Amino acid sequence: MNAVIICYALVIGLALPLGLYMAHSLDDDRKAPLDALFRPIEGLIYRFAGVKPDHSMTWRDYAWAVVKLHALLILFAWFTFMAQGVLPLNPDDIAGMRWDTALHTAVSFATNTNQQHYSGQAQLSYLSQTLAIVTLQFITPATGLAVLLAIVRVLLKRKANKQDSASSTTAGVGNYYRDLVRTIVRVMLPVATVVALLLAWQGVPSTYEGAQSIAPLDKGVSISQEIPRGPVASMVAIKQLGTNGGGWYGPNSSVPLENPTAISNIIETVSLLLFPVSLLVATAIITGRRKLMNGIGAVMVAFSLVSSTTAIVSEKMPNAAFIGLSASASPNMEGKEVRFGPEMSALWASWTTQTSNGSVNAMHDSFNPVGGLVTLMDMFVNVTFGGIGVGLIGYLLYLMLAAFIGSLMIGRAPELLGKPLESREIRWISVAILAQPLTILGLTAITVAFPGLAGTSNPAFHGLSQVLYEYTSAFANNGSGFEGLGDDTLWWNLTAVVALLVGRFLPMLAPLAIAAWLAEKRTAPSGRGSLNMDSGAFVGLTAGVIVIINLLSFLPVLFLGPVAEQLTSGF
Amino acid sequence: MSTSTPQQGEVTQARGNFVWGNLLRESLLRLNPRTLARNPVIAVVAIGTLICMLYTGLAIVRGDDITFVLSVTLVLLATILFANGAEALAESRGKAHAGSLRATRSQLKARRLHKDGSEQLVSADSLRRGDRVRVIAGELIPADGEIIEGAGSINESAVTGESAPVLREAGTDNSGVSAGTNLLSDELLIEVSADPGESLLDRMIALVESASRQKTPSELALSVLLATLTLVFLIVVVSLVPMARFVGITPSPVMLVALLVCLIPTTIGGLLPAIGIAGMERAMRANLVAKSGKAVEIAGSIDVLLLDKTGTITLGDRRATEFAPCDSSMAEHLRDVAYGCSLEDPTPEGRSIVSLARDQGATARLDEQAELIAFSASTRLSGVNVPGGQQLRKGAPNAIAAFVEARGGRIPANYASLVERISRKGATPLAVADGAQLLGVIALSDVIKTGMAERFSALREMGVKTVMITGDNPITAAAIAAEAGVDDYIAEATPERKLEVIREEQQAGCLVAMMGDGTNDAPALAQADLGLAMNSGTQAAREAGNMVDLDSDPGKLLKAVEIGKQLLITRGALTTFSLANDVAKYFVILPAIFAASIPALSQLDILGLASPQSAVLAAVIFNALIIPALIPFALKGVSFKATSATALLRRNLLIYGVGGLLLPFPLIKLLDVMIAGLFPGVLP
Repeated sequence: MNAVIICYALVIGLALPLGLYMAHSLDDDRKAPLDALFRPIEGLIYRFAGVKPDHSMTWRDYAWAVVKLHALLILFAWFTFMAQGVLPLNPDDIAGMRWDTALHTAVSFATNTNQQHYSGQAQLSYLSQTLAIVTLQFITPATGLAVLLAIVRVLLKRKANKQDSASSTTAGVGNYYRDLVRTIVRVMLPVATVVALLLAWQGVPSTYEGAQSIAPLDKGVSISQEIPRGPVASMVAIKQLGTNGGGWYGPNSSVPLENPTAISNIIETVSLLLFPVSLLVATAIITGRRKLMNGIGAVMVAFSLVSSTTAIVSEKMPNAAFIGLSASASPNMEGKEVRFGPEMSALWASWTTQTSNGSVNAMHDSFNPVGGLVTLMDMFVNVTFGGIGVGLIGYLLYLMLAAFIGSLMIGRAPELLGKPLESREIRWISVAILAQPLTILGLTAITVAFPGLAGTSNPAFHGLSQVLYEYTSAFANNGSGFEGLGDDTLWWNLTAVVALLVGRFLPMLAPLAIAAWLAEKRTAPSGRGSLNMDSGAFVGLTAGVIVIINLLSFLPVLFLGPVAEQLTSGF
Repeated sequence: MSTSTPQQGEVTQARGNFVWGNLLRESLLRLNPRTLARNPVIAVVAIGTLICMLYTGLAIVRGDDITFVLSVTLVLLATILFANGAEALAESRGKAHAGSLRATRSQLKARRLHKDGSEQLVSADSLRRGDRVRVIAGELIPADGEIIEGAGSINESAVTGESAPVLREAGTDNSGVSAGTNLLSDELLIEVSADPGESLLDRMIALVESASRQKTPSELALSVLLATLTLVFLIVVVSLVPMARFVGITPSPVMLVALLVCLIPTTIGGLLPAIGIAGMERAMRANLVAKSGKAVEIAGSIDVLLLDKTGTITLGDRRATEFAPCDSSMAEHLRDVAYGCSLEDPTPEGRSIVSLARDQGATARLDEQAELIAFSASTRLSGVNVPGGQQLRKGAPNAIAAFVEARGGRIPANYASLVERISRKGATPLAVADGAQLLGVIALSDVIKTGMAERFSALREMGVKTVMITGDNPITAAAIAAEAGVDDYIAEATPERKLEVIREEQQAGCLVAMMGDGTNDAPALAQADLGLAMNSGTQAAREAGNMVDLDSDPGKLLKAVEIGKQLLITRGALTTFSLANDVAKYFVILPAIFAASIPALSQLDILGLASPQSAVLAAVIFNALIIPALIPFALKGVSFKATSATALLRRNLLIYGVGGLLLPFPLIKLLDVMIAGLFPGVLP
């Protein structure tokens, strides 16, 4: 329990200074710290890439730039994975990937999901890991943050005076490449470097040499053991920090080489939440809307505490499958590392799903049904902190919905921060909200309707949970899995690609468009008669909207999956 | 006289003309697929009903027990009829008001004037814009229009319900007349201002007719949201089938339809048209005719109200409120002289002086021989010469000062400061003299209508800023503004200044409402987000505004704001209620569907319902009955208190959100107990 409290305390303690640093580094109107150091580096990148960082884009251009860059990255990664066998930096002679696995892997990493239908150490060369994977692990979280910056710029940021607001509407939403490069250079790289060094200090491998050959202890056996290694520490750092989740090794951070000690476990756990929470602080500072962000933060923290507590309580219970057997001793240790124990495993599981990270230090598939339910709920909601940038963007969608209903309930035409919400906005909010049940429930239903497709390792309730988890994880851009699912098939790879793409780009870019449309409208001054988004009532309404929308969409399937599993197990 | 004057009774009769049979007929007529398709939520219920009918038929063919299937089918049908009935009821109430007027008018005849001056008797329906008609005392005005010649008193009770006659006159700001009103005196020449089908009356009717009604912007956005939710639940229920099969449950199609119907927002979906129509009807009942539904909705979001001082904030006339003597020993003398000067003064100001003096104990009577000195613009004073030689005068302070000095009198030292003190309070000083003796000053003040301060504070509570517009000088304006409790004022205002103010406020993002009647108000009325024109106003003003007040009551803006807010709150509250209901329904229906195959899931049946069938039936019956139960809310609007937005949100969330979450649990349990009691054998 102490370690859990230490982790929460460390996150809060580190998020305040980091948030302050991020706000000053990323806000257009502030003097960025260490500018003399970073500016030349950025200038070099801009010149190399041939972009004009000071050109402000319209929302369409911005969204198009995001889509274009990601399409290129997907093609590049896809090609790299398929051709890695003949490309350099492949000391262990790993063969090229099958086309559909390569495509799924490329899309999965380009959507900040890192869902893996392969095992990293055995199926990816050093080139694939470092050039393709790690590049994407930096670019994708930075993209989420960049889009958030664009939305903050046009919609959320309090304007100093009227002239500013008039000029900013004509000036566009900002420059994607500039936002991207600044985020990576000034925020992600420095922090990732620190974490990578800390992990290397704790013993995580950091080398370009091939696998290590070790003679077995039993001298009588003539074979030697190959221990895969590589530049692991640097990848694990950004994997944890960037809400990525895709590790070097197949079993992710449950492997001692990726997460060797209790200290490395705390470092990695704190890294899960560090950027998403810091971003709340940074957004509060940049926008000047502290009270609004306090409300948002309060809802997120409340959701987080409920989720973590439930997960920990669930995993401290005996394994549900062993009820009535003599082996049924508390707690549920199946699929968990003895080094970490049930509490730190459950905490990791809840944090990794709260933040759309998806790395694991224990197997979620072996959690008790309620623990599994918690991770599923976290991913449905997906705005309990959420992915970097996209978590707040997703929250904004719910905020718009709450503002719509809340405005009506106080007798005003619907508005958000004084901007009228009309049919066009509601249509796109609706599309973004509809996409989630359509994709997750639709694909799950089709998959379980044809038993040949599913590849589940369990029958009935848990089998359904496995399928549901896979698509939920893909749509939420989480990446964790109820492993045991035979998911490296054509069907799984291609349908997951659909869920990945829809789940990433629609909920990220629709709010950008809506924000840009809203920015062009009149702003009603706030007063006693307008919707006060800082009030407790509104914060409660937003939380209610989030819970109700997700509950209404997913309660039936949760009843059939984890709830039925829990109840039939005899609790 | 060839025009027949219809009996008052005929006009009002239609209002109470509400018959249950008509309502049922209307509800059934709306089962027409094309009508149903207008409302996606109800359309889904209709498709569900058809599916259930199909299964009822199948059960009959197979010889199965049909109690459950048939019951569900009938309840779903009832759900649709209740929704249709709500809309029909709202429509009939609205139309009753306007329809009776239309009936009156279709019988009207008009004297149309040709260019050569000859008259022709034609039906009022054939009048076109630009036609000129002559109307003689005792006749009904045949069409909306503007008086171009003459003046007359008109009884507008047919339109406004107010029986006191009003004066309408050509060339003034009170030159507009409405079809169906009764000319009581004189003779008028009227230019018709609307083609058939475009008059105020026609507009009123169009707003409450569901077929021709345009959805307002927020209603449209809400419809999109409701359609989305319906789609979400369709996905949830359809995808449930293979998932349930995968874990070994084959759900009954009828139960799935019941689940779908209970989940989709039928409550708000069914009541939404009724809420919209009822909002228009409430506006109409307040004698506010909106030219579009949007105008009523905007009224709820108004940030700034521009109010004319005279007639809106103050009674039209000034009244004496104080006798201020130059020397306290002269107090009684001042009172009596002021009284004497005013006894024969017929102006409202004169009468107010008399009444104030009487209140303070003046009893003297005027000598019959007294010579009256009338007010003239050159002397700027009036009074009486009493036979004894006394010259009593009241008038403008400097005119009285000159009068006193001319008779060798002395101006008291404190006179100037006295006059200034009264001006500063926003009152008009009227000096009084008895020959060479300057007695003091009467304060004539604008009297603020009773209850205005409370209304303004209620508006402030709601976050609406009130701005008083007056032609007075800034000092007077400030004093009246402070007394009335408005937030701001514009002194020495001209129509151009009004337009400017509206533009400024709109630049700052505010929605502005104003009221006006004159032609020179037209640009401002058109510019304002809510331009409320008085029905008595000129044609230009009535065309420029997007709402017309038939009572021509300047205080109506406040009512318009209230009606608009109530309309939006009703929508929001019922949407919240409808969605919150769903949680309970899940806990009733899902265990019912699953528990037969997986007994462990019966633990989710937290209400302990009698049987899966009775549970599902109880849920759909609750779902159907909640619609008629909420019809009163839809028609009257949810109760609304003028308070801050945050307090309002908290209150409505508690009532409709938390209430909506909890209410279904006991009610469904109750229904379940009743069903289990009614069909003990059939629904085990």
